[in-house]
Order: sequence, then structure tokens, then C-alpha cells
Amino acid sequence: MTVQTARPRRTILRRIVSFLVFIVAVLVVWEAFKLLAGDPIFVDGEKIWDPPLTVWLATDVNLPHTWVIWNRTLAPVTSGAKESLGGYLIGQAVFTMRESLTGFAIGGVLGIALATLFVHFRLIERAFVPYVVASQTIPIIALAPLIMFFTGHNVSSVIIIATYLCFFPVTIAMLRGLRSPDPRALELMRSYAASRRAVLWKVRFPASLPYLFTALKITATASIVGAIVGEGPGGMQEGLGRALMFFSQQYAISPEKLWASIFVTAGLGILFYLAVVGAEQWVLRGRPQAAFG
Amino acid sequence: MGAARPPAGGIRVNATGESGAADQPVVRLTGVGKTFGAMDAPVVALADINLEIGRGEFVSLIGPSGCGKSTLLRLIGDLTDATDGSVEVNGKPARRARLDRDYGMVFQSPVLFDWRTVEDNVRLPLELFGHDRASQDRRASEMLELVGLTEFAKRHPYELSGGMQQRVAIARALAFSPSLLLMDEPFGALDEMTRERMNSEVLSIWERTGITVVFVTHSIPEAVFLSSRVAVMSARPGRVTRIVEVDLPRPRGLETRESPRYFNLIIEVREALRAGDRAGAASEATLASPERTAAEGGIG
Repeated sequence: MTVQTARPRRTILRRIVSFLVFIVAVLVVWEAFKLLAGDPIFVDGEKIWDPPLTVWLATDVNLPHTWVIWNRTLAPVTSGAKESLGGYLIGQAVFTMRESLTGFAIGGVLGIALATLFVHFRLIERAFVPYVVASQTIPIIALAPLIMFFTGHNVSSVIIIATYLCFFPVTIAMLRGLRSPDPRALELMRSYAASRRAVLWKVRFPASLPYLFTALKITATASIVGAIVGEGPGGMQEGLGRALMFFSQQYAISPEKLWASIFVTAGLGILFYLAVVGAEQWVLRGRPQAAFG
Repeated sequence: MGAARPPAGGIRVNATGESGAADQPVVRLTGVGKTFGAMDAPVVALADINLEIGRGEFVSLIGPSGCGKSTLLRLIGDLTDATDGSVEVNGKPARRARLDRDYGMVFQSPVLFDWRTVEDNVRLPLELFGHDRASQDRRASEMLELVGLTEFAKRHPYELSGGMQQRVAIARALAFSPSLLLMDEPFGALDEMTRERMNSEVLSIWERTGITVVFVTHSIPEAVFLSSRVAVMSARPGRVTRIVEVDLPRPRGLETRESPRYFNLIIEVREALRAGDRAGAASEATLASPERTAAEGGIG
């Protein structure tokens, strides 16, 4: 009858361990593939390993050794520069994170506000929801240059793109969450002669929180995608989007730079996602663990 | 008025300074009717209901499913509107009484909020009514004591059994001292043993608080055991066909359930239900059950 509520510390530890195991597994598979089908390995000009197979994908240009990528992050970003590639990428990641966080926040607030409006005014919902849905059928790639054209090549246009990707999942999930209370719960509030505001604060909002967090987990990563798409084709001089664009042009010469940028970007996404999960765990503490996405 | 009952003592639930005279009925239904559906295909759920419920009475509404007993309760609570007649609570129109928070409601499902502790669930109406924190605390702990759940105050509803959850719902309904308690098949989902225990608890709460109770049930033994009067209803259209006075001595307990008079009353209610059913069968329509319509067409 009793439901497990407190997530034990051991479970968190197990999650961290399983994450590390996953990372190690990826590295092992990566290097095993290289050993099997990559380029020969030289140490001090002497060939110490000649892979039995040759697969184009596993060559040093297409799939550099993991340690080569790692060593490259410690080396200067361009020859003669003071800053290392790793330091440079982290700086760009912070820049991108500011944009995506802003888009995430504005998109979240906008989504919550729209859903709250829709749940209270059927007419507005009927009038606007089709357009909200239609807005998402336009690929962001197509829309980004247009937004850039209107607002200029600056941070605000990147934030608009990130917001655009974030508000929709939040709107839809919140609409569902705000409608999730049992009709009896609403009757109970009616029996108390509770105001609409009281119903919203005491019943609808608390009931919608699990739905909201499901959406925020999606938008945490979507906001980064939005920011990068905004930076890359938008011609921004800073940010991971710019780094990814720039280093992809140098791929034939130094593929490690692009790979390092991809890892930093992925790391940023994971970090953001985990922050949302952490917030979810804290906000929904004490609730049953059922069916939270 | 109800049969002889011990004086109310211990925990006070009824608010002082209630509107209306002491001998004024708490609930007065005059020619009440309820019709669902569109103009071209109306479904008559209730027709010409006349019933007065005095202060301190325990009245059960019993009848076959689809007789509109839950709809009648919802009319008293102004959770739905009557299409005919008048519904008065404490001498006021039902809407006014709802806005004055004259009644507490207990549904078949406990309708507790998982994100609140047991204590905070009981506190909910007091928060809404703007009571200060100290009186919320005091009142919540009094109510949990009344239903015997003091030690579960800090737990969450899903950690409790069905019977305990329903006790929390009762504590919440009584927390703001309403003069009327409306209960809609509150123990319908519980097993027989738990249900009998809950019946005794409700009686004991009723005796201690002096509150007026309107209780919807489809269990004949439950209605007889609890009530001072049982209103027997028939379906299509729903009407009150008979009122059975229950003169079993109080306080009632295990020996009540074994007394010959108890069994005789059960037979009386059962025969009244059958008589109503026969009368109703004559006018049986092929329409859908109005009670279902009520549940599904409820507020969304």
C-alpha cells in the first residue's frame, strides 16, 4: 500500500555510475573500431599496429583517436594564440548557454501564459491553437534567416529562435496539465465557492507540474539547438554555433576541432537536461513516482 | 427531527450564529425537478421532489441506479441547477448557501491532492476562506483527531488505505464547521468490513458534532443503520416514493445490526424500493440513465 517516495541517495549514485559506464563504453567501442578498421598507428615514426580492415569511416580524418581530440583541446586554438581550444570552446558554450537559457525561460513563461489563457477562455483557445500548431510546421532553418533579417545579426534574434522552439511543447503540455484535475476536484472547489484564481493556484497549477517538467526536459535541449541554429547561419561572431560552422570548414585540416566542439555542445545539452531533472526531483518531492516522463 | 440522540459534546463543529431559526429545516425541497438534454430530446431525471430535512437529522437517499439520487444531492449543493421548483438550504436559495459555505461535501472518491500532506488537505478549505495560519493548524489537528488520523498528519494521501483517505475527506468537509454534510456514496468503493467500520465512525462523528447529514447510498443496510429517515426513490423519472422512519435506538452499534427491528426496517426499505421499481417499470423509457448523463455532462 505504501508507495516509495524518497528517492534514496543510492539511486542517484547508481545513475551517475551508469552514466560513467556509458561514457567508457562509447570510448571503448570508438577505439575498438579504430583498431579494427582505422589507419595504422605510429609511435615515434614506427608503425606499431596495422588494422586488419580498412573502413573509410574509421580513418583519422573521419574519426580521430579520442586522445588526439583530447590533446587538441589543450593546445592553442590557433597557432600562436594564448587561449587553448578547450578554453575557447567553454567560453563559447557559456555565451550560447546565456542565449539558450534566456530563450528557455521566455519560451517557458510564454507557454505557461498561453496555456493558462487557453484553459480559461475556450474561444481564444479555438481561435489560436491552430496557429500555434501551424507555427511549428515551419522548419526553424527556414525561419531563422527571416528573423535575422528583421532583427539584425545580434543576440536578440538568437533568443527569438530559441524561444520559438521552446514555447510550443510547454504550451501543449501545460494545457494538458491544467486540464488534468479530476472533475470532482473542480466540483469540490465549487462547493467551497472558490474563485477561478484559487482553482488555478491550488488545483490546476500543482496538478500541471509533472506535465510542465516533461515539456521542460524537451525544451532544455531544444533551446540549445535553437541558439546554435541562430548563431550559425545567422553569422554571429560568438557562440558554439559559430564554432561549429567555422571548424567544420577546417575539417579536412584538423577534424579534432569539430569533434571537440561537438563534445562540448553535447556536454552543454546534458548539463542543461540534468539541471531540469534536478529541479523536477526537488519540486515534485513527496509525490508518487508514477508515470513522470 | 431525528430520533433521540445523545447531546452533542466534545468537538464543536457547527458554527454559532447560523442563519435561520433553530426549527427551520436545513434543507427544503419544493416541487424540485431536473431535466437534462436538449429541448428536442429531454431526459427527466427528477420530478416533483418535496422533502424537508430538519436540523441534526441524518437522512439517506436510496434508490436504484439512475434514480437521480446523486443529482438530487448535487442540487442541494448547487453543483447543478434545478429546472423546476426551489431548493433552499438554511432558508436561503442553494446558490446563496453554497457561496456562504453552508455545507461540506464528500464524494465517492476521496478527491485528495497528492501534492499536499494529509494535514494540508484538511487545511485546504480554511486556506481558501482566509483563516489565519494558527487557526488552520488548530482546526486541522482537531479534525484529524476526530477521524482518528492524528499520527498520519504528515503523510501523503497515496500512502493511506482507501478507508483512511475517505476519513481525510470527511475531516476536510467538516473543517470549516458547515451546518450540513453532503455525502455521495462515500463508502461505495470500500470493502464490506471497512464500510461497516466507517459507518460506525460516521455515526459517532454525527453524534458528537450535531451536524445535519444527507447521505446518498445504494446499500439498504447502510441506509437503515445510519439514518433517522430513509428517503426511498424510484427511477424514470426520479421521485421520492416513500420515507421510512428509522426508530432504532441510539447510540447504534453491533447489537443494532443484530436486532430484529433492524431486519424489519431493512425489509421495509427493500419492499418500498420494489414497489417504486414496479411503478417505475410501467413508465420505463428506453432513454439512457440520467445519472450517467449527470456524471458525464458535469463541469469540465
